[in-house]
Amino acid sequence: MPSGREVKMKMNKLQKKILVILLLLCLLTPIGILLPAFFNTGDAWGEWSAQTIKELVGYVPKGLAKYSDIWKAPLPDYSVKREDSSIVHRSGFYLVSGIIGATITYIAMLLITGLIIRNGE
Amino acid sequence: MHIPDGYLSPQTYIPLYGVFAAAVTVAVKKVKKEVSARDIPYLGMAAAFSFIIMMFNLPIPGGTTGHAVGSAVIAILFGPWAAVVAVSVALIIQALIFGDGGITAIGANCFNMAVFMPFTAYYVFRLFNFNPTRKARVFFAAFISGYLSLVMAAILTGIEFGIQPLIASSTDGKALYCPYDLKIAVPAMALEHMLLFGIVEGLITAIIVRYFLRNEPGIIYAFRKGGKNENE
Repeated sequence: MPSGREVKMKMNKLQKKILVILLLLCLLTPIGILLPAFFNTGDAWGEWSAQTIKELVGYVPKGLAKYSDIWKAPLPDYSVKREDSSIVHRSGFYLVSGIIGATITYIAMLLITGLIIRNGE
Repeated sequence: MHIPDGYLSPQTYIPLYGVFAAAVTVAVKKVKKEVSARDIPYLGMAAAFSFIIMMFNLPIPGGTTGHAVGSAVIAILFGPWAAVVAVSVALIIQALIFGDGGITAIGANCFNMAVFMPFTAYYVFRLFNFNPTRKARVFFAAFISGYLSLVMAAILTGIEFGIQPLIASSTDGKALYCPYDLKIAVPAMALEHMLLFGIVEGLITAIIVRYFLRNEPGIIYAFRKGGKNENE
């Protein structure tokens, strides 16, 4: 452990302010569901499901079929079930996923950079 | 730009895992050297910011959706190596927990958005080689840095998609992985990012860099790293 040095993060004013801004951004994430729904746009290019690929090119490429379900994510597509009924549900789950994901990312990054930097001292 | 599982052949995703692993190895050494402990909270926030900003799917009416990544602003503020770590953490969590981007494609996605993009952004920004007091010029340079780096990363992703039919097709001529070739994949990825998502990346980069220039100019890596330190 580092000797007398205070390694524990004490946040300055600007850092606290940015944290609040990030929290507000989290609350706005449902825009990422609502805007595409409003304009009725499809998936991102190259991120189609095997089913959609079949509609697009007439077949499911063999390798794609083999690999596409290789991983079962706990919250697929920032949601809890594949086909959520209403847009309100989807937005709600999206918001919660955003908060969970951002928090995990924040903590993971603090731990990782903390480890990297402290190892050097 | 998050390539899902099944779109890249093993001949593509395995080498990209290798390249990504090599980049991380260097990044760890560089971050140890360059980042001071007091900036750790900023890096945590940078990773979280990247995660959140990628959730803002924006539509191109009549087309597809996409988003900014945040790599450019992180590279300018905290350095490209710190950006490698921050954006990789966000991307890996997106893949593992939310299925956004494939498990087999983690190396590719991290290489595109967390290695290639921050370095492109950083060097584009440094090309302008200006004085930090010229605020309008800094704003403009940051915009171009964000815009170009996202568009370039999108083109790189389009190339990875587009070479799949060349690498792996079955005997009847059907693709095994991504079915679209370079002529389709590259323009598709490039155009949508040039039209909309690149502009968003450019704007958030410029606005945040300006914000830091006003509030904590001393922290900005791209300005700190000048003169003596530059070639170390």
